[in-house]
Amino acid sequence: MKPSFRHRPLDWGRANLFSSPANSLLTVLALALLWQLAPPLVGWGVLRASWGAGDPETCRQAGGACWTLLTEKHRLMLFGVYPYEQHWRPLLAMALFVALLATSANRRFWRPWLAALWLLTVLGIGILMWGGVLGLVPVETAQWGGLPLTLVIAVLAIAMAFPFSILLALGRRSDLPAIKALSVGYIELVRGVPLVSVLFMASVMFPLFLPEGVTIDKALRALVGMTLFTAAYLAEAVRGGLQAIPRGQFEAADVLGLSYWQAMRLIILPQALRLVIPPIVNQFITCFKDTSLVTIVGLYDLLAATKAALNDPGWRPFFVEGYLAAALVYFCFCFFMSRYSQWLERELNRDRR
Amino acid sequence: MTGGRASIWGSTRFRGLVYQVLVVAVVVALGGWLVHNTLVNLEVRGIATGFGFLEREAGFGISENLISYTPADSYARALTVGLLNTLVVSAIGIVLATLLGTVLGVARLSGNWLVGRLASVYVEAVRNVPLLLQLFVWYGVLTALPGARQALHPLPGLYLSNRGLVIPSLDWSQGWLPVLEIPSLVGFNFVGGLTLSPEFAALLAGLTIYTAAFIAEIVRAGILAVPKGQTEAALSLGLSPGQILRLVVLPQALRVIVPPLTSQYLNICKNSPLAIAIGYPDLVAVSNTAINQTGQAVEGVTVVMVVFLALSLALSGLMNWYNKRVALVSR
Amino acid sequence: MAAPIVELCDVNKWFGAFHVLKDITLEVAKGEKVVVCGPSGSGKSTMIRCINRLEEHQSGRIVVDGVELADDIKAIDAVRRRVGMVFQSFNLFPHLTVLENLTLAPVRVAGMAPRDAEATAMALLERVRIPEQAGKFPGQLSGGQQQRVAIARALCLKPAVMLFDEPTSALDPEMVGEVLDVMSGLAAEGMTMICVTHEMGFARAVADTMVFMDEGRIVEIAPPARFFDHPANERTKRFLGKIIGH
Ligand SMILES: Nc1ncnc2c1ncn2[C@@H]1O[C@H](COP(=O)(O)OP(=O)(O)OP(=O)(O)O)[C@@H](O)[C@H]1O
Ligand SMILES: [Mg+2]
Repeated sequence: MKPSFRHRPLDWGRANLFSSPANSLLTVLALALLWQLAPPLVGWGVLRASWGAGDPETCRQAGGACWTLLTEKHRLMLFGVYPYEQHWRPLLAMALFVALLATSANRRFWRPWLAALWLLTVLGIGILMWGGVLGLVPVETAQWGGLPLTLVIAVLAIAMAFPFSILLALGRRSDLPAIKALSVGYIELVRGVPLVSVLFMASVMFPLFLPEGVTIDKALRALVGMTLFTAAYLAEAVRGGLQAIPRGQFEAADVLGLSYWQAMRLIILPQALRLVIPPIVNQFITCFKDTSLVTIVGLYDLLAATKAALNDPGWRPFFVEGYLAAALVYFCFCFFMSRYSQWLERELNRDRR
Repeated sequence: MTGGRASIWGSTRFRGLVYQVLVVAVVVALGGWLVHNTLVNLEVRGIATGFGFLEREAGFGISENLISYTPADSYARALTVGLLNTLVVSAIGIVLATLLGTVLGVARLSGNWLVGRLASVYVEAVRNVPLLLQLFVWYGVLTALPGARQALHPLPGLYLSNRGLVIPSLDWSQGWLPVLEIPSLVGFNFVGGLTLSPEFAALLAGLTIYTAAFIAEIVRAGILAVPKGQTEAALSLGLSPGQILRLVVLPQALRVIVPPLTSQYLNICKNSPLAIAIGYPDLVAVSNTAINQTGQAVEGVTVVMVVFLALSLALSGLMNWYNKRVALVSR
Repeated sequence: MAAPIVELCDVNKWFGAFHVLKDITLEVAKGEKVVVCGPSGSGKSTMIRCINRLEEHQSGRIVVDGVELADDIKAIDAVRRRVGMVFQSFNLFPHLTVLENLTLAPVRVAGMAPRDAEATAMALLERVRIPEQAGKFPGQLSGGQQQRVAIARALCLKPAVMLFDEPTSALDPEMVGEVLDVMSGLAAEGMTMICVTHEMGFARAVADTMVFMDEGRIVEIAPPARFFDHPANERTKRFLGKIIGH
């Protein structure tokens, strides 16, 4: 029997920190490390830090963390070069996005109308960001930036990659050799090359691919690149789900006379996709982090906007504060999504019926 | 219903063939259209095609090169220099990330609460923040360090300054055994040892720290996947704890660990091109410079993709071979 | 008797180089109950799976209700409509309720109105004696109940022939009876049945014809009385000795 430590901190400490000489040594080392790190960190981040409005000079004199940077530059970091007086639009768009994600997280809402809601919301966000109708000032995508751009690219890339990835996964499991070869070729090719190359290809080669005179928006190029890239990885996740469906399900569908597409739509995919929701959420997290790479092809996502904010020579020494803030935003999204995916996995396993 | 002979359109094989021909035709048509557009565009812009440019003089310098290189060398040699840089940073990154990741993975499972917590905080903090952001931070930190004269000197033989990281090196020239060379600061310069540029050090640190978080999770899952009954059975046979770990637990854990570990190794290689954001001259950075100078984007991107595909294939081949070996050991 | 409803004539099948079915010839008349038995790996499942084209045979003829199975989608669809199948592992669709499992094919394949399909489905559930489970999911039922639902699902398209592949092998002993009862009821109503099973009591009571297979061949075809009491073939004798000895 495991004794209960709930009310006896000493016992708990003995069992979890000092159970053996080696363990005690580890604890002492870990404490020493904390003792070395914590006081300077607190001194820098809190005691000597400068808060509120101000300029780099006040920060330099205080000698600690310069949270002033965030007060002064958070609009630039969050919204990039989107026209300043129009910032309410990306803000509202983000709120819509977060609300959409929160709605989708609830299993009770996994109904066909959710797809429609997604379409509507994405449409609404597009109108908000672009403008040009309903009396909104038009804003070109070249001016989009910051967190909204990061969210738009991540969500749209996943949403557009999803149907494509299902086709790829079905193709990979197809009996028809040519279709199988094409799917395998695509998936393995894309998974073999770095995302940076794919994005470069998108940014320098897409203009070459199109008929002469047709140009394609820079943000759209990056989005297409992200989509093509993500689809290959998502396809592997979906394939995992397809493989987990017992052969008997395919056979039972066959025996009842369902056609291939009916069997897929009514029997196989509903079961397979339910299984792969956690890996899909994980892929979404990856995609969200990966959007930071659009910085390299010259888009102003959250990371690039942060970098731009730090370009000001006066603020440059305080890059750690700026990146910490951006990191916190990324962390919040990714951490909660990964927690959600873990919870969902347990939940789905529990009432696997 | 009739029992007559099937019409050809009714045949599953025929239909399969038709579908395949259709799909292939669409893909080929799309590809042909893209190629045609590209050729027209290239001609309009007066850009040369073909890989002839590889022979020409590159004309740009590369800050770090393992083999001798001058701007007078060819593009091919410049790309080789970039490739070697990619390989070096990936290889060292793989070794360091594996070590750090294993330590962290075991730490997360340790009976010591504090150590377990610290490892968890590391893993969660690192893997939920984009690698590129982490690279910017490491690069910023390394370049914001004081100059050589005030170099940080945390351990004997280790210097940190805005010129990079200076570490002890091994000198093989003195006969059979290597001699350890400890660097020292003389005036404004370091004598002896090996100097790693800030770009290289930042990239290596970023790749290692980031990937170690993922490897830690893989190692932890691998160890957890070995059923407790295995340890108990080994105990009942009278094996010592060391033997149990070595002969029973690790071989089985490795079977679970190796496949996802392979993809992490591939990820290190595929993430190394982020180098371009902090100015380390890896393959992608060099090929980008080449593309900018020659305009031959198609060829440049092709070279990079082919190299990475080959790299992926080679690495997965190697890991598959290793995986087969561990699979046999534990059978 | 009238023309056979299922006819296999010199059917051969290979899995790669492995010859699973060797010159299988079998005729099943309308209303006839055939029980197939034989040692594991003898090709029983493969044979009945050929009858609704879950497996493809490489030579010989298979004719079901006048339709010859060939590489022809129309013929395959026609045969599958007339042939119902029950699997050892039920293969119910876990994400659909019992009722949805039953109405799926009538609505989607036969184009029946949903309301009619539901009425038929409820009638069938009465027949397998679990109408109260219509709203549940398969995972919430016992093995025996699941198999009865599977039988009802196979009956939904009003098949002329039912195939059973060891329908009771995956069941706990106390549930075998309820499934065999439903099958006996079906037999009494005159359904044509081809049934792979090792339930010899059921076979003796229900079968018109016993078929014994070994190593891909049909070794013996006989009425149950003769089959059990005076088997002609040595291998049949040995097999029966083993299976009844237990
Ligand atoms: N898809 C397949 N590919 C290759 N060989 C197969 C396949 N399906 C079955 N076999 C082989 O064909 C032989 C006959 O299989 P079958 O399932 O028909 O036997 P069975 O008589 O039903 O046995 P059991 O009583 O165990 O169900 C077996 O040796 C089996 O290994
Ligand atoms: Mg069988």
